Amino acid sequence: MLKKLDELKAQAVEELAAISDKAELESLRVAKLGKKGVITSVLKQMGSLSAEERPIVGQKANQIRAEIDTLIKQKQAELQLAEQNLKLAAETLDVTIPGKQPEIGHTHPLSIVLDEVKEIFSGMGFDVVEGPEVEWDYYNFEALNIPKGHPARDTQDTFYITENMLLRTQTSPVQIRTMEKRKPPFRVIAPGRVYRSDAVDATHSPLFHQIEGLVLDEGITMADLKGTLEAFAKRLYGEETKTRFRPHHFPFTEPSCEMDVSCFKCGGKGCSMCKGEGWIEILGGGMVHPKVLQNGGVDADKFSGFAFGIGLERLVMFRFGIDDMRLLYENNIKFLEQF
Amino acid sequence: MILSKRWLNDYCKIDIDDKQFAEAITLTGSKVEGWEQEGEELKNIVLGKISQLEKHPDSDHLWVCQVDIGAEEPVQIVTGAQNLKVGDYVPAALHKSVVAGGQKITKGKLRGVMSNGMLCSVAELGLTVNDFPNAIEDGIMTIGEECDRELGKDIREVLRFNDTKIEFEITSNRSDCMSVTGLARETAATFDKKFEMPKPIVNKGHGDVNEHLKVSIHNPDLCYRYIGAVVENVRIKPSPLWLRERLRASGVRPINNIVDITNFVMLEWGQPMHAFDLRYLEGNEVNVRTAKAGESITTLDGEERALSEDMLVIADAKKPVAVAGVMGGEYSGIMEDTTTIVFESACFNGYSVRSTAKALGMRTESSSRYEKELNPESCMLCIMRALELLQMLDAGDVVNGMIDVFPTPKPEVQLPLDAQWINNFIGIDLSEAEMVSILEKIGFTVKDGVITAPYFRNDIEHQADIAEEIARFYGFEKIPNKKLTGVAEAKLTEKQQYERLVENSMRAMGYSEINTFSFISPKAYDKILLPADSELRNSVVISNPLGEDTSVMRTTAIPSMLEVIARNYNYRTPQAKFYENATVYKSNGLQELPTESKMLTFGAYGGDSDFYSIKGAAQKLLDILGIEGAEYTAYKTSPTLHPGRSAKIAVGDQVIGVIGEVHPNVCKNYKLGAKTYIGYFDSDALFALKNTEKLYHALPKFPALTRDLALVCDKQTEVAALEKAIKAGAGKMLEKVELFDIFEGVQIGIGKKSVAFSLTLRSPERTLTDTEADSAVQKALDSLKQIGVQIRS
Repeated sequence: MLKKLDELKAQAVEELAAISDKAELESLRVAKLGKKGVITSVLKQMGSLSAEERPIVGQKANQIRAEIDTLIKQKQAELQLAEQNLKLAAETLDVTIPGKQPEIGHTHPLSIVLDEVKEIFSGMGFDVVEGPEVEWDYYNFEALNIPKGHPARDTQDTFYITENMLLRTQTSPVQIRTMEKRKPPFRVIAPGRVYRSDAVDATHSPLFHQIEGLVLDEGITMADLKGTLEAFAKRLYGEETKTRFRPHHFPFTEPSCEMDVSCFKCGGKGCSMCKGEGWIEILGGGMVHPKVLQNGGVDADKFSGFAFGIGLERLVMFRFGIDDMRLLYENNIKFLEQF
Repeated sequence: MILSKRWLNDYCKIDIDDKQFAEAITLTGSKVEGWEQEGEELKNIVLGKISQLEKHPDSDHLWVCQVDIGAEEPVQIVTGAQNLKVGDYVPAALHKSVVAGGQKITKGKLRGVMSNGMLCSVAELGLTVNDFPNAIEDGIMTIGEECDRELGKDIREVLRFNDTKIEFEITSNRSDCMSVTGLARETAATFDKKFEMPKPIVNKGHGDVNEHLKVSIHNPDLCYRYIGAVVENVRIKPSPLWLRERLRASGVRPINNIVDITNFVMLEWGQPMHAFDLRYLEGNEVNVRTAKAGESITTLDGEERALSEDMLVIADAKKPVAVAGVMGGEYSGIMEDTTTIVFESACFNGYSVRSTAKALGMRTESSSRYEKELNPESCMLCIMRALELLQMLDAGDVVNGMIDVFPTPKPEVQLPLDAQWINNFIGIDLSEAEMVSILEKIGFTVKDGVITAPYFRNDIEHQADIAEEIARFYGFEKIPNKKLTGVAEAKLTEKQQYERLVENSMRAMGYSEINTFSFISPKAYDKILLPADSELRNSVVISNPLGEDTSVMRTTAIPSMLEVIARNYNYRTPQAKFYENATVYKSNGLQELPTESKMLTFGAYGGDSDFYSIKGAAQKLLDILGIEGAEYTAYKTSPTLHPGRSAKIAVGDQVIGVIGEVHPNVCKNYKLGAKTYIGYFDSDALFALKNTEKLYHALPKFPALTRDLALVCDKQTEVAALEKAIKAGAGKMLEKVELFDIFEGVQIGIGKKSVAFSLTLRSPERTLTDTEADSAVQKALDSLKQIGVQIRS
């Protein structure tokens, strides 16, 4: 009988190998291990065995049953895996078909750069303040040491509402307004719209944006101005950026300067972007004129400070390689989508 | 300001290359914008001499020239010009040369005869007959004795057409640098060279100026000084080469010796000058006065110009003969037969000259100098220089004396030298002696601790101005770069954080940011169909706009939004969504500044845009801002929006925004062929109402029950009314009520609709029983019944 059992197992192994679906496997299981299965029928014949043989055969039968059962379960797992693989294969997608992108809006390039500038100055302790766009002549000119008849008024062709009310030509009036509102020490930047009566072309617009900066404290010197604006340039354009300060003239700062940065395209060798100079002008600034401090009600003997003004459009156009300022105000979605 | 390098070298010799020069002088404050070599493009053109001239065998107008260029063999060149003779010196463009305009010249046969180049006219060299008065326009240039006629020499050297023109940007405070001598002084200080202001010398003449001329200043506030000198027996002729070439390189056309002298002095010293023909000064009078009503003048450029009463003129006994500081009159100008002239060297008020020049639309070399404010002190030096040149050029006989009317000389500017203050202000550490040495090299004098500014420096008035002079010659680059120290707190204000949140949210919802002009056309209000008496038409008006399109400050940003949408639509973009946190300006009359506030505008067209998508965006934004209880009510009277498809958004009694479909007539006005949806919020109102402080609520512990309700009501009944009734009836167990279907059809009945809601009910304390839920639903139904709404059977 023991031999029979071994044969049964061998037969089961053989049959299992040929099985390829679950239903066949189930009928095999019933045929082998079921109540009417072959193992059971062997066990039923145990009565004809001697008392010594019985436990041996019984043990063997149970062992064979367990072995066949294991084999069937293995086969079952195999079949399941094969079935799943087939299913998965059938579910294959073309992963190169474009995804379903959520539609999100785009940030205007002016805001992208402005946000960056704000963050840089914020990191250096500057608050962001605002002032009105429709402004008094006093704040836009007089208080900034630009009296009526001053030639600097001519370089800033002004839109007037009345003789004394105008559209600010610069963000500098916010300097005076801030001095009136706050007590030094303080550090502020004041971004905003400014207006000059320039006809629209690739590099001019009657409306553009400036970012004013003002630092007032005891003992502020040109060295602070240079250090701060250099740090700004490096954060905006990268650590390798070099800066150059040139003397210039603004009525409300003295000494005044303009800051150039090494050309970000050629690194200073000279190219079409920097017109061969290797330098690109990005801002003007200087030590706040003592007269302006007085006009703002600040004790010029105790406090000194520096101020600067940055043209946002210029930064944006250089940053993104935009060659026509009109694109910034046209708001063509094809343009906005690029940012 | 264009500076001739050759002229600069007359006063300050420098021998470094142009780029280094430009960089160094830029860093001391005179910004070089660029530079160019005269005649740079001319290549391989040399001086030749016609040694033989024969008629071309096959042509009746061509000539075959043998040109001696100093080589062993002459060069044969064929020319069509008729003005040549043997012995003439000519510019010969040889084989493989380039003439003005970049045209390349190579050898070739002309009607069978070899021509190894081309003989050039003045124009072909990039010059004019003003530069070389002996040359003719339509023929080959013949070169006179005034040039160094070495055969074979590069023509640029022969003609001295090889100066470097350096273009400077001179800031408005430095009128003294609008001159060769001024820039020579800056150059010398930059490169540590010597510079001495020349002192003109005039030889004794004849007669007495007072017998010829009378000068009166009627408006001393507009004319600080007027000097007149008289020259008799004027001999008008071209100026010598050295003078002409300096004018040319400075961008000024040589005309004749007298006119050239006035221009030369202006360029060299920065003081504009003028010359009148005394014949045409009636009464031999010079009156500096403002124009009288109705007066006009024909200026040198031949234009008749009406004068207004605030314009300063130079007049004779009867009429204006020049617009002071701007341009002379045609009739009193210098002509071929002029014999007696008056030289004017005057100082006018800069603002007056500037506004006159602007009003007349003629900004001249003269006015551009006066407008920066000149100093009356230089008038005398300059008229002396003019007379010196006149004698040098033998252009006339000087009459002794000058008439100098100088009502109020300007006092010298003196300031104490406070080295410590300057060091502290700039952040450097220079000794007083170092400061003095810097100041002295730019013309300041320092004595006993007191600085005296030179007369030509109008801009010096404060210690800070002295600090700047020290700083720029010490070198801005040598000032240390210091990081700001000290404590400073910086934080976005609540308003700034709010704006950032709003803008981020709009973008997250697919709306792209736009930036539009703050000024619009008043016609825009018509385009959005605002009624004639609308408050929004009361704009801040620009008195001098560029054009009507940009003439008023917007009171609403809707026209800006619609314009952008229309533009994109017309670019055939099928769909787009935009937002702008736009500033609008509400007029408060002319005595007060307008109120500037932010209007959050958003708009969309195409794609899945419809009323409910724009409403959804508005709702989501309010949700993000934590603004609860907003009510949307139909807005049937909006002029700009569809009467049946727009809503006001209110919180309590306050209307905070509007949404809707743009009225088809407005779309038509904007040539917008797509249904367009716009909305706006009063951004300041949103800011005031926002509640972005978040507080955690315990998560629900007990399960919710849902019940669906299908209702039948009149078609006009608003969903909001149904929701309100459900909420009122169901009580506090009602967690959420959601609309999921609206249906109309015959089975519902004419004029009726079916509306289906899903109700979520939950108790925070226990698991609700079905009975409890059913009871809540029943109460909701009862409440609905009161407004005439039935359950759908």
